[in-house]
Amino acid sequence: MKADPNLYDYWPYAGRPKIEWPGGKKLAFWVTPNIEFYEFLPPDNPQRRPWPHAVPNVQQYSQRDFGNRVGQWRLMELLDKYSLRGSVSLNVALCDHHPEIIEACVKRDWEFFSHGTYNTRYSYGLTPEQERAVLDDSIRTVEKATGQRIRGYLAPALTHTEHTLDLIAENDFWYSCDLFQDDQPQPLKTRSGKLVSMPYSLEVNDVITYSVMGFDPQRYTDILKHHFDQLLLEGERSGTVMCIPVHPYLVGQPNRLRRFEEALKYICAHSDDVWFATGKEIARHFTDNYWDQSLSDIRARGVATGGTGFNHE
Amino acid sequence: MNDSYLEYPGRGYGQDHDFYDWRMVQKRPKLKWDGDTKVAVCLIVPLEFFPLNPSGSPFKHPGAMKTPYPDLRHFTVRDYGNRVGVFRILEALEAHNISATFAVDGEVARRYPCLVNRIGTAEHCIAVHGLSTDKIHHSGLTGDMEVAWIIEAEQSFGSEDYPSGFNDNPSGWMSPARNQSPRTLELLAARGYRYCLDWEMDQVPVTAQTGAGNITLIPNSYELSDFTLLHIRGQSGDSWLAQIGASIDLLLEEYARYGSQMLGLTLTPYVIGQPFRIRALRMLLDHIRDTDGVEVLTADAIDKQFREQA
Repeated sequence: MKADPNLYDYWPYAGRPKIEWPGGKKLAFWVTPNIEFYEFLPPDNPQRRPWPHAVPNVQQYSQRDFGNRVGQWRLMELLDKYSLRGSVSLNVALCDHHPEIIEACVKRDWEFFSHGTYNTRYSYGLTPEQERAVLDDSIRTVEKATGQRIRGYLAPALTHTEHTLDLIAENDFWYSCDLFQDDQPQPLKTRSGKLVSMPYSLEVNDVITYSVMGFDPQRYTDILKHHFDQLLLEGERSGTVMCIPVHPYLVGQPNRLRRFEEALKYICAHSDDVWFATGKEIARHFTDNYWDQSLSDIRARGVATGGTGFNHE
Repeated sequence: MNDSYLEYPGRGYGQDHDFYDWRMVQKRPKLKWDGDTKVAVCLIVPLEFFPLNPSGSPFKHPGAMKTPYPDLRHFTVRDYGNRVGVFRILEALEAHNISATFAVDGEVARRYPCLVNRIGTAEHCIAVHGLSTDKIHHSGLTGDMEVAWIIEAEQSFGSEDYPSGFNDNPSGWMSPARNQSPRTLELLAARGYRYCLDWEMDQVPVTAQTGAGNITLIPNSYELSDFTLLHIRGQSGDSWLAQIGASIDLLLEEYARYGSQMLGLTLTPYVIGQPFRIRALRMLLDHIRDTDGVEVLTADAIDKQFREQA
């Protein structure tokens, strides 16, 4: 085990060269509905139990199921109302279980990225060949169901191996949502490819705010507004990214939907300064325009350490 | 990792179990509660005994003892609910002529028959809440053991001095910690139970099919439960009240498209029954009274009206 993943170089926030989003916008905003399937009787993984108490867990399973049956449609309608396209963090087996959801997303031109096969199958303990098979499954399954080639990855249930990022770069993925070190995209040090670390977020993720921190709907809305205000302010100097990762089984609950809408309404009222985009669009714009600029600034500051992820020089 | 970890026997259209089919909200037949009720609220009051010496198997019940033995602190806080809190809840309910669903575990039924009797003589309904908070149904049990626990729980109700037993078979069930084995639903259906309060996959009841017949799954909201919001997450009574109000508003708003829906709300005696919180319950009951189209229904009534339309 390594002390430092070496997946990126330390790159101080202050004084970075300017990023400008298309149309001169200051903040790139994306919203990522996590459309997930948790299995009723998942197998055990020696490093993490699929349900913390016991398998099955009918209360938790059925609450996730509520997300797909009811919450997802409430959320989708809300995003429609504000003309927002989702970037779906998808457990790809859902293409087989609930194709109607996938069709509804395709119809809206939403983007899909992989969030593993099931949220109850973890990466821990997989060999690189096995992890490759999981990625291949994701690429093929989504392509078959939607015609889209996925370009983004969020490891299932945020479980990783030392190889995860090299493997997705090798498979021509463009961005990773797995790292939380920054509010701007940046190049990752993979062995091949050009993989962007894309700002996702745990701090404003509804699982963290509602379930882990235990905040109520009004507080979540306040957090989202304050988060947005600050990133927009800083985006004047150099473009920032704000992501709202949400889960239909949480935000689609009847006590939360309208409070959450308040935050979307607030953000959407700033369309002069905000680029409403998907993950792939942001990653592409960054890679095409700012990849080299970022690397040369890192080099110029003398902070580059060389090597690649989990492979120090 | 063994390659079998990447095999997915349940991967295919619909659910990965046989209890009920996949169905999206817009494909759901519209339900209609009796009268002009658009939104039904089912108030579920768990009455639970928490032993001072829990086994913790297969996991510790969320309300179980926490500090080293003898954990008098948590024991008595839980006990407060059965001695004091529940009577505050009863008073608030009855002042509004409202009937709730009391999920009573076998230990409470055996230890405090006068409490069960008090509830049974009013217009409330009683569901069996398992044998004990320390008898959690899970995959590791044999079917015989699970059935024995269910029967023992039923037999805990009723005594000569306090005729609190069920006239007929009990109609409702809630599992301790809402945990089940894969065979629990079938065992309950075989014992004649009509509904279960453990699942919450929809905003309306759903029929589960088992080898021993059907059982209605009446949704019980984890995210709106007083235990979750007030106890675990430390939110205020006012916030709990506002969130239930917002839920009612949304379900009323959805009525034209999705028909009648429901909220299953837990009222935990040692949580909402605290003196500083009971006002939130009174305010909720006022709000329900003052809002057209919203009624409190017992789980028995919900099951009956649902089955008439199923």
